[in-house]
Amino acid sequence: MSSAAPVASESAVEAPSRGRVAILGLILTESAFFSIFVAAYVFYIGKSLSGPLPQDVLEAPIFSSMCLLSSSLTIVFAVRALRAGRVQTFALWWLATLLLGIEFIIGTGMEWHRLIYQHGLTIRSNLFGTTYYSLVGLHATHVVVGLIALTLVLILSALGHLTPRHAERTEVLSWYWHFVDAVWVVVFLTVYVVGR
Amino acid sequence: MAGMEQDIVLTSDAASLPLLGKVHEWVVTVDHKRLGLMYIGFGLVFFVVAGLQASTMRLQLAFPNAGIVSPQVFNRLLTMHGTAMVFLVGMPILTGFFNYLVPLMIGARDLAFPRLNAFGFWLWLFGSLLLYFSYVGAEGLYGAGSAPDVGWFAYAPLTERPFSRGNSTDYWVLSIFITSIGSIATAINLMTTAFCMRCDGMTVRKMPVLVWLAIVTSLMILVALPPLGAAQVMLLLDRFLGAHFFDTQAGGSALLWQHFFWIFGHPEVYILIIPGFAFASEIIPVFSRKVIFGYQVMVAASCAIGLISLGVWAHHMFTVGMTPAGNAFFATSTMLVGVPTGIKIFNWLGTLWGGKLRFKVPMLFCLGFLFQFLIAGLTGIHLAVAPFDWQLSDTYFVVAHFHYVLIGGLLFTVFAAIYYWFPKATGRMLGETLGKWHFWLFVIGFHVTFDTLHFAGLMGMPRRIYTYQPGRGLETLNLIASIGVIFQAAGVLCFVINVVRSLRSGELAGDDPWDAWTLEWSTSSPPPEYNFPTPPVVRSRRPLWDLKHPDDPDWLYE
Repeated sequence: MSSAAPVASESAVEAPSRGRVAILGLILTESAFFSIFVAAYVFYIGKSLSGPLPQDVLEAPIFSSMCLLSSSLTIVFAVRALRAGRVQTFALWWLATLLLGIEFIIGTGMEWHRLIYQHGLTIRSNLFGTTYYSLVGLHATHVVVGLIALTLVLILSALGHLTPRHAERTEVLSWYWHFVDAVWVVVFLTVYVVGR
Repeated sequence: MAGMEQDIVLTSDAASLPLLGKVHEWVVTVDHKRLGLMYIGFGLVFFVVAGLQASTMRLQLAFPNAGIVSPQVFNRLLTMHGTAMVFLVGMPILTGFFNYLVPLMIGARDLAFPRLNAFGFWLWLFGSLLLYFSYVGAEGLYGAGSAPDVGWFAYAPLTERPFSRGNSTDYWVLSIFITSIGSIATAINLMTTAFCMRCDGMTVRKMPVLVWLAIVTSLMILVALPPLGAAQVMLLLDRFLGAHFFDTQAGGSALLWQHFFWIFGHPEVYILIIPGFAFASEIIPVFSRKVIFGYQVMVAASCAIGLISLGVWAHHMFTVGMTPAGNAFFATSTMLVGVPTGIKIFNWLGTLWGGKLRFKVPMLFCLGFLFQFLIAGLTGIHLAVAPFDWQLSDTYFVVAHFHYVLIGGLLFTVFAAIYYWFPKATGRMLGETLGKWHFWLFVIGFHVTFDTLHFAGLMGMPRRIYTYQPGRGLETLNLIASIGVIFQAAGVLCFVINVVRSLRSGELAGDDPWDAWTLEWSTSSPPPEYNFPTPPVVRSRRPLWDLKHPDDPDWLYE
């Protein structure tokens, strides 16, 4: 085809990076997945036939939510540091992100423990239990997947395999992490504000 | 068809390897062309299996009070036929064509993520095998059930533990969930490829229509498949952990399942038919010897169809008793889809108008598609009218309508696409005479079966019944419909013979047998593993036209 015509490079636009387009596709499809669970939660608010009810047992997890949301900030700092070539700083911020995420998941675990052992709320108790554990559990699953990915990167960085070349890959991963945080805002509003 | 892969291997560079080595080559491949062919090949195998299941049902319904299969077996047949035709036939064949064609058409070496592509394919294949494994594997603890028998829509609460014992429903959930993950992975891959890997000079306005529609289809897969997966996860939670999503005893809603299912289910129909539009939009211009009429409008109409189709799902649910506002909204939005669809039909007619038509087999199938899809669209508008739907919902009129879409529309374009791109993939032409036998037998059989079923539906024959009583005016119509199956089967048999014969001793095709214009025809047939020796450069929508007619190139006018 090279003989077809003069090169049309003036119209050639820089193609977007594959990783970023793909992660946006993943985020789109995950959003569709979450929205169905959120819709089910909203649909079943106030429809439980028996207790325990959300207004009696739920307490908003303010502290761990703040931890998760601030981890979005630390991961931005981490990616920036890597792009600037400061690998040590990157590792520190990345570790901070990981710890904040772990704090969040411990918070969820403690909340579930309290609900199950103090209030006897399980997934089979009523519609509130059904929708609450599945929506919050779905989000927690995504946090855990994110934590595993963060840990892998941290191990690679500790082994000295991470260079500024990988800034874009860590950025793509950070977009997933931002998505998990953004979903938490929606879940928080649905479960602890609207649903209570 | 099982021989298809085998024979292709024989003609590839691996000809010197022993059999096991050849199989190994195909198992470990990440080449988009091989994966595409495997998608299509296995899709066609499942097409034959699910088609035989449909034929068994038509045999049972040919006579009143027939006892060829029991009611339980009939329910399994209709569930497996529907599920398989959508997820094991339609999805892989369209994915396979996009896999094969998108990189070639945009001048790329492969998809953006070749290994993800292989991952998606194997997920799909094993998910599909899991569905059919249910026949032997779904005995469950209670010895109840074998294959799923809840319909491809799996309406709650019949899928809940008390009504569906054993594991047959779990096979339905898990196998479809797994194939869906594969489809989503491939959709992300295709979208990324089309956005990021186009060759020099190919702006989005110069992409072939097929690539545009691959993007639209991929985006729809990304948005529409997860709702099904989410609903299936909820169903599994109900069945295994005792949750109450669709458990009406504990306040759960059976209606919610219907909403979630059709939020997926209706866009899914468009996910299946838009690739059909894509094939027609590539084939009709070449056999009319004209550029496609209204390229921009064609693309815009496809995007509009994709968007509107996300908001029409509850027209499957008029009979559940929605509010008048709900009925009005979904009736209107459904009719609205008819507008861009009509635009597309007129554009194809505009392409044909004044063209130098060549009535080769791919063109014949596309012309059949045009007429049949028009009728399918018109009965669709009928069913969008809520009061009319109250009368005919769950009758054979609906069955005839969507088989008109999926056979008369999609399957005809798939056959057209196979006849059109087979020379590129194998280097050999499919026989023209056998192809015409295939077309005419199939078109006659199709109309004998499905035109008749419209009338059976209008006379009140309900769907999903395993038999009917004599003396209600249904015997003749059902017998005629079943006779049509013989012609369809004979047509498919011609196709199989044609494929096998062409792979052995078909006429050599050369690089560009149809005198076509898109980039895939500039490579050798079959294309080398690297696709293009040098990255191509394009200046118009028809790069090969520019090459063949340097005195009058397209880019002067676009």
